[in-house]
Amino acid sequence: MYHTRLMPPVDIDATVIANARLSRDYSVLSLAAPEVGKRTEPGQFVMVKPAGVTDPLLRRPFSVFEVLRNPAGEITGVSILNKRAGRSTNKLYELDAGDVVSCLGPLGLPFKPVTAPTEAWMVAGGVGLAPFATLAESLAASRTPATLFYGARTAEELFYLEFFQNLGVKLVLSTEDGGRGIKGRVTVPLEDALKTVGAAGAMVYACGPEPMLKAVAQLAARYQQRSQVSVERVMGCGLGGCYSCVVPVKHGDENANLVRSCISGPVFDGAELIWE
Amino acid sequence: MTPDLSVSIGSLTLPNPLIAASGCFGYGLEYEQVVDLSSLGGVVSKGLFMKERQGHPPPRIVETPAGMINAIGLQGIGVHRFVKEKLPRLREAGARTFVNVCGTTLDEYVEVCKVLSQAEGVSAIELNISCPNIKEGGIQFGCSLTGTFDVVSAVKKATHLPVIPKLTPNVTDVASFARAAEDAGADAVSLVNTFLAMAIDVDTRRPKITNVLGGLSGPAIRPIAVRMVWECYQLVKIPVIGMGGITDARDVIEFMLAGSTAVQIGTQNFVDPFIWSKVIAGLNDYMSRHKVAKLSDLIGAFDPTPPKAGHA
Repeated sequence: MYHTRLMPPVDIDATVIANARLSRDYSVLSLAAPEVGKRTEPGQFVMVKPAGVTDPLLRRPFSVFEVLRNPAGEITGVSILNKRAGRSTNKLYELDAGDVVSCLGPLGLPFKPVTAPTEAWMVAGGVGLAPFATLAESLAASRTPATLFYGARTAEELFYLEFFQNLGVKLVLSTEDGGRGIKGRVTVPLEDALKTVGAAGAMVYACGPEPMLKAVAQLAARYQQRSQVSVERVMGCGLGGCYSCVVPVKHGDENANLVRSCISGPVFDGAELIWE
Repeated sequence: MTPDLSVSIGSLTLPNPLIAASGCFGYGLEYEQVVDLSSLGGVVSKGLFMKERQGHPPPRIVETPAGMINAIGLQGIGVHRFVKEKLPRLREAGARTFVNVCGTTLDEYVEVCKVLSQAEGVSAIELNISCPNIKEGGIQFGCSLTGTFDVVSAVKKATHLPVIPKLTPNVTDVASFARAAEDAGADAVSLVNTFLAMAIDVDTRRPKITNVLGGLSGPAIRPIAVRMVWECYQLVKIPVIGMGGITDARDVIEFMLAGSTAVQIGTQNFVDPFIWSKVIAGLNDYMSRHKVAKLSDLIGAFDPTPPKAGHA
């Protein structure tokens, strides 16, 4: 259920400030939604669709990628990291500055913070990079040592590396084709690191494809480290109304063990989820 | 003069005709953070059996043109936990709570209704005899005229609360089911539940949702739902609560002209959880432009005179 400290969501018809196409499939959609940005905590999400249309009818969930600020430091909006995967994400990829989207948020439970000397290890697969920009900022603010294990299909799909470097985040990269970093899955360097983790331990944060999340949660458990994973499910409303986005957990708060990832997540303790 | 938006369903008076549809609003409390529950005409709970239900494995929904197909499978906490955990908080929030009652047998409907009759804060019972998504989930009552009559009669004997069977559109003549419900003593009928539907992923040749079949809702079904409300309104005297793809105040008016006393909004609440105050503003605006003092004057006020030829 909601933490009392979380702010209720707002719904904004947000103007697209920019839609930066990072590659053939990825874009960063920047939205003028200051009230959403002000309320967002790392790991929370927004429900987004082009405004005023019935195709798509439902919004789609996206992690808040960046909280945007003007040069004076005032919050001006949020961005989302969009990867083309279907009709809705294709339409969002094609939007231009000046277009308007419906943006509801922030929604869901954020990552639980961790502080030094425990280290923060973020594990991102592809578009799963999305929740880690804001988390990295908050880790930098609390001077928590942070590492990003970041895997993608190709070197061209490793984005925002400089952003993380500028925050003092150590980067460990991997690509499926070996074009940059370690060749293979991001879980390979993660396991190497887990073998030599220090006495203060690491909190392993993960977001990406479900098989990756399962592997990360199981690896963390094997090496006695805690994990928090951000899951993605087909979601109808984002507010707990439709019961479409359920995930199986070991200790459910409602029906037996299926809980709604929109309000009991999207961030879960990796040891709590039941993997299929 | 303040426009009068109130409507009556039997002994029940609602401040406005807008009711949150079952299965689209959780248990109501989920929406407390974005809407004042007392500002709605009513809130219909998720469908409740005697016991908890797990529902179907995901994926449970898929979007289709101007609509969505769902097969949640009536995941729910059961009537006892609802009465204990949700009802007191709904009362506190000032919600007029309609409880959607499910059963696998006639006895279960009766037993769930008895539990609710003893609880405080239930405004009415909506009998779910129309869920298309589970076997033994009431649809066997909702697709048979005698089944509809029998379950409504039995429930009416077991409770003092208003009883509102929710009808399925997946029959040849929905109005005859409204008539059967009326004959059995129903206080109103609500319609339509979702249209049985399916969607195939042509790349994998597999279903888009786990249950294969599901219920279609959203703007895509609205004209069919309006027609069915009109058919029922002409045949029965009890109030008709209409629903199916309502997105704004004009859609509400359309359902009321076709004979709805009140309406339910479901899928659009997913699209826009802040819809309620916008629809109320839209109704006020319509009433002042059309000089309608009482919204209930529009119930069934459809004029079947053919439209003028030419441009729409």
